[in-house]
Amino acid sequence: MFDKLDQIFVTALHWLVSFLPEGLRPFVSALVCIAFVMSVFPGVFALTTVLERKILGRIQNRYGPNRVGIPFTKIRLCGFGQFIPDGIKSLTKEDIVPRAADKVVHFLAPVVMLMPVLLAYAVLPFGRNMTITDYDAGLLFFFAVGGAVEVSVFMAGWSSRNKYSLLGAMRAIAQMVSYEIPLILSAVTVVMIVGSLNLSEIVQHQNNYTFGIAHWHVFTPWGLVGFVLFFIASLAESNRTPFDLPEAESEIIAGYFTEYSGFKFALFFLGEYLGMFAIIGLGITLFLGGWTSPVSFLTWIPSYVWFLSKLMAIVFVFIWIRGTLPRLRMDQLMNFAWKFMLPLALINILVAGIWHYMAADWPRWLVCSAIIFGAYAILGRGLMQNQNFGKRIYRYAE
Amino acid sequence: MNAFAAMPPKSFEVKPKLDESGSSIGELLEISMGPHHPSTHGVFRMDVVLDGEKVVKLKPVCGYLHRNHEKIGENISYLASMPYTDRLDYFCSMTNNWAYALTIEKLAGLAVPERAEYIRVIMAELTRLQNHTSLIGFFVHDMGALGTPLMYAFREREKILDLFEEVSGARMMCNYMRFGGVRVDVNDEWLARTKQLVANYGRFLDEFETFLNQNEILLARTQGVSPLTKEQAVNASLTGPLLRAAGVNYDVRKVDKYGIYSRFDFKVPLGEHGDLYDRYMMRVLEMRESIKILNQALRDIPGGPVMDPKAKLRGFRPKPGEVYGRIESPKGELGFYIISDGGPNPYRYRVRPPSFINITILEDMCLGHRVADVIVILGSVDIVLGEVDR
Amino acid sequence: MLGEQIIKGMAVTAKNFFGSYVSKDRLTTVQYPEEHLAQKENTRQFPFLVYDGEDWEKGLRCVACQICEKECPPKCIYIVKSKDKKPDYKGQLQVYPATFDIDISVCMSCQICVEVCPFESIKMDTKFELSTDDRFGGLLLTKDKLAKPNSYYQEMHPHDAAESDAVIAAEKAKAEAKAKAAAEAKIKADAEAKAKAAAAAATAPLAAPAPTTPPPPK
Repeated sequence: MFDKLDQIFVTALHWLVSFLPEGLRPFVSALVCIAFVMSVFPGVFALTTVLERKILGRIQNRYGPNRVGIPFTKIRLCGFGQFIPDGIKSLTKEDIVPRAADKVVHFLAPVVMLMPVLLAYAVLPFGRNMTITDYDAGLLFFFAVGGAVEVSVFMAGWSSRNKYSLLGAMRAIAQMVSYEIPLILSAVTVVMIVGSLNLSEIVQHQNNYTFGIAHWHVFTPWGLVGFVLFFIASLAESNRTPFDLPEAESEIIAGYFTEYSGFKFALFFLGEYLGMFAIIGLGITLFLGGWTSPVSFLTWIPSYVWFLSKLMAIVFVFIWIRGTLPRLRMDQLMNFAWKFMLPLALINILVAGIWHYMAADWPRWLVCSAIIFGAYAILGRGLMQNQNFGKRIYRYAE
Repeated sequence: MNAFAAMPPKSFEVKPKLDESGSSIGELLEISMGPHHPSTHGVFRMDVVLDGEKVVKLKPVCGYLHRNHEKIGENISYLASMPYTDRLDYFCSMTNNWAYALTIEKLAGLAVPERAEYIRVIMAELTRLQNHTSLIGFFVHDMGALGTPLMYAFREREKILDLFEEVSGARMMCNYMRFGGVRVDVNDEWLARTKQLVANYGRFLDEFETFLNQNEILLARTQGVSPLTKEQAVNASLTGPLLRAAGVNYDVRKVDKYGIYSRFDFKVPLGEHGDLYDRYMMRVLEMRESIKILNQALRDIPGGPVMDPKAKLRGFRPKPGEVYGRIESPKGELGFYIISDGGPNPYRYRVRPPSFINITILEDMCLGHRVADVIVILGSVDIVLGEVDR
Repeated sequence: MLGEQIIKGMAVTAKNFFGSYVSKDRLTTVQYPEEHLAQKENTRQFPFLVYDGEDWEKGLRCVACQICEKECPPKCIYIVKSKDKKPDYKGQLQVYPATFDIDISVCMSCQICVEVCPFESIKMDTKFELSTDDRFGGLLLTKDKLAKPNSYYQEMHPHDAAESDAVIAAEKAKAEAKAKAAAEAKIKADAEAKAKAAAAAATAPLAAPAPTTPPPPK
C-alpha cells in the first residue's frame, strides 16, 4: 500500500498521458511536470515567507504575523494566510522605472534571475522515480544553470543607473563567485565516491542500510565536512545572513534591487527563495540521502514526504541562523571564502580520495577524521589569529 | 524642467580625487547619511566623503531635535525645569533629574536625608543597567543581527521601566527628584521586587554574554576597528565608557564621590585599545558593577523621611551665585551650570551634554574605515539626540 | 575552535524559540486591542478635577487660586475666576473657576500641578486612549470634561485617594474645631457681656439700657 502511495504521482502522470497519442506524450508529460513544479515550489515559497516571519518572531520573544488567515473572513489560521495580502500588495504597487535606466535590461533582469532557477528544478530527484529529466550529467547541468543567476544580479545593478545599486551589485557578484568554488569543490567529493554525475544514481548510492542506519554521505567524515561547506556556501549563494551584505545593506546602499518595485521586486524575491530551495535540494540529494529515509524502519513513509521534510528542516536552520548572527563585512566574507573554505574543500577532496582507496574498515574512519580535524583546527586558528582576535582580559582601576 | 531646479540638492555628489600636486586621479563620492537612518539613533546627519569604500572626510550635522531647553530654563521656575530635564537624555531620566537636583542643592545649600540618598543611588544604577542593556542591543542590531539581541535587551528593560512606573508614575519621564530629596517614598513591596529583579538580572546577563561576547563574527567586526589612544580621548574631552575604554581612569563617581557613592564597594573597568570591542565590553562590565552597587544599596537602605517637610516647593529663590554640578550618567559626565540672580528663574541655565561632546571625535574615529563600520562606530559612541541637540 | 561560540549563540536562540511556546517569560507580547496590560496604580496620564458628592458644580473642590496655572511648566492650564462665591468643603465661601481648560496636547503629565495644589482638587487620571480626529479643540478639555467624582479617584488611585481624604478630613476637623472654639468663645464673651450689663443695670437702675440680643451665628 505504501509503495502505491509512494509512486502516486508517477502513476497519475502515466494515467493522464495514456489518453493521448504516442507522438504527443513526451510534450504533455513535460508540461504536466512543469506545472507541478511551478505550483508546488511557489507554494512552498509562500509558506516559507510566513514561516520565516513567525519563526523569527518566536526567536525574538514575540508573535509573528498571526491575524490574516483567509482574507475577508475572520478565520485566523494562525496567520498563515499572510502571503495572500503580501502577494496582492506587490502586484498592485506602482511599477517605477528610473528615467535614466536602461529599460530593456531593467525589464529582463528579474526574468533572467527566475529562468535558470526554475531550470535547475528539472534535475532534482523529488522522490523515487520522480526526477523530471534524468540526465547523466545532472549535477553539471545544475551548476551550469545556477551560474546564470549572477548575470541577472549584474544586469539589475547596471541597468538602474544608480551608483549605489552598481556598488551593491558588484559586491554581490564578488560574493557569489567566490562562494561558488567551495560549493562545487564540496560536490566534487561526492562525485568522486559515487562515480557518476547522475543525481538519481547519487541518491541510490545512499539507499543502503547498515544496522538500520542509511548510508548517507553526511555520516562519513568527508561527507560531513562537505555538507558543512556546502551549507555555508549555499547561505552565501542565497544572500542570507550572515552573508546578506548585498541585499540588507541598510547602512547606506539598499542593494542591487533598489530601483525595483511592485511585481518585479516580487519576482526577484521569488527567484531568490526558489534558488535557495534548489540549492538546498541539491545539498539534500548529495549529502542527506535525497528521498531516502534515515532509518530502515521508516521507509514506509513516501519518498517525496522525506524530501519535503528535509527541505523544510534545512530551511528552518537557515531561518534560525538568520535570527542569530550579525552580518559579516565584505572583506571578512572574502577572507573566509578564500582563506578558510577553499583550503578546507581541497583537503576534503584529498580525504575523499584516501577514503576511496583504503579498505572499508575502521582505520579509514580514524585516518580521515584525524586529517579533517587537524586541518579545521589549523585553518581556524590561522583565520582568527591573523587579525589578533581573541579573548581579552580587562583590568580594573585601583 | 523648472521643477528639477527647485528640487533639493542631490543626496550624493561626485568630486575629483586629488593627489598632492592637485591633479585629479579618480573620484570621490560624497553622500549624506541623512536624518532618516535605517538603523537610527535619532535624527542625525553625517556628510561622508568616500574613496571607494574608505571614509576620507566626515562631518556630523546635528540640530534636528533642538528644542530650546536652555532658553526655556531661563523663563520658568527652578521646579518647572525638572520635567524638562527628563527629556534631555530620554533614556536616562532619573540621572538627569539627579544632576539637576544636585546642582541646585549645591547652590542653595540644601541637605538631603539618608533614605533619599540611597533611593537616588538605586534609581541611578537601575538607569545605568537599562541604558547599557538597550545600548548593547542596538549595537548588535547595527551590525545586522536583525533585532534578536535587541528584543532580549528590551524585554529586560521593560521590567526596570515597570519598576519606575510603580514608584514615580511614568516609565521614562519620571520627574522624580526634588531639591532636597525625592518626590515620594518607595514602599517595602517595591524594594522586594527590585531585589528580585536584580537577582535575576545576573542570569539574563550571563545568557546574553554567552550569546554575544565571544561570537566570532562580533569579534571580527569590532576588534581593531577605530581604536582611540588616551591622548586623543583626553584632548577631545570625552567622558564616560568611551574614555575608560581608551584606558583613562576617570569616573565621576570615584572622583567627586557625590551622593553616598563613597560607601559602596565597586570597581571601575578599564580598556586598553579603545576600539569597538573595548567599548562594548566596558558597558557589559559596568553593568556587573551596577548590580553589585544595587545589591549593597538594597541591603543597607535605612528608614526615615525622603524630603525635608519644610522645603519650599513654590517660590524657591536660591541666593545669587553660580554653580556647576556633575554626575556620571550612563553616557558620560552630565553637568549643569546654573547662574542665579536671586529671582525665581535662573539667569543662565546650561547643560554639559556628554553625547554632544563625545560626538566631536566621530571624524577622527571613522577616517580610514569602511562605510559599513561608520554606523557601528556611531552606535558605540552611544548618543541620544535629545542630549546632543537639547 | 572556530565556530564554537556561534554554536553556543545558536543554542541560546533555540532556547528562546522553544521557550516561547512554553513559558510566558519568553513571549512577552500583549496583543493590544484584545488584551490589556494591568495598569500600575501610580500611573499618571492627564489631570482631572475632583468633586465631592453628586453635583459636580456644587461639589468641585477647586477654588481658582491659579497656583497650578502659574506653576505649570508648559502653561497648558487656563483659569478664569467666577464673580460669585460658593461654599467649599470646610464651609467657607470661596470663589470657583468659571473656566478651567487644560490643553492635553500641550500637557506633559509632569504632575507639578498636583503637587502644588493646596486644596487636593486636581489629581492625575489614568486614561490614555484619548485620541480624537478633531484637530481644533478635540484635545482641549473643559471643566465639565475634567470634573470627576471622588469615588472615581478612590477607584483609580486607592492609596493616594486615601491620603487625600485623610488630609481633607483633618482639615475639616481642624476647621470644625476652630469654629466650635470660636462659637464657645463667643458664647462665653456674650455671657460675660450680659453679666457685665446686668451688673451695670443693677448699679444704675435709671439708665439701664435695653438688653441687646446677640446676633445669630452665621
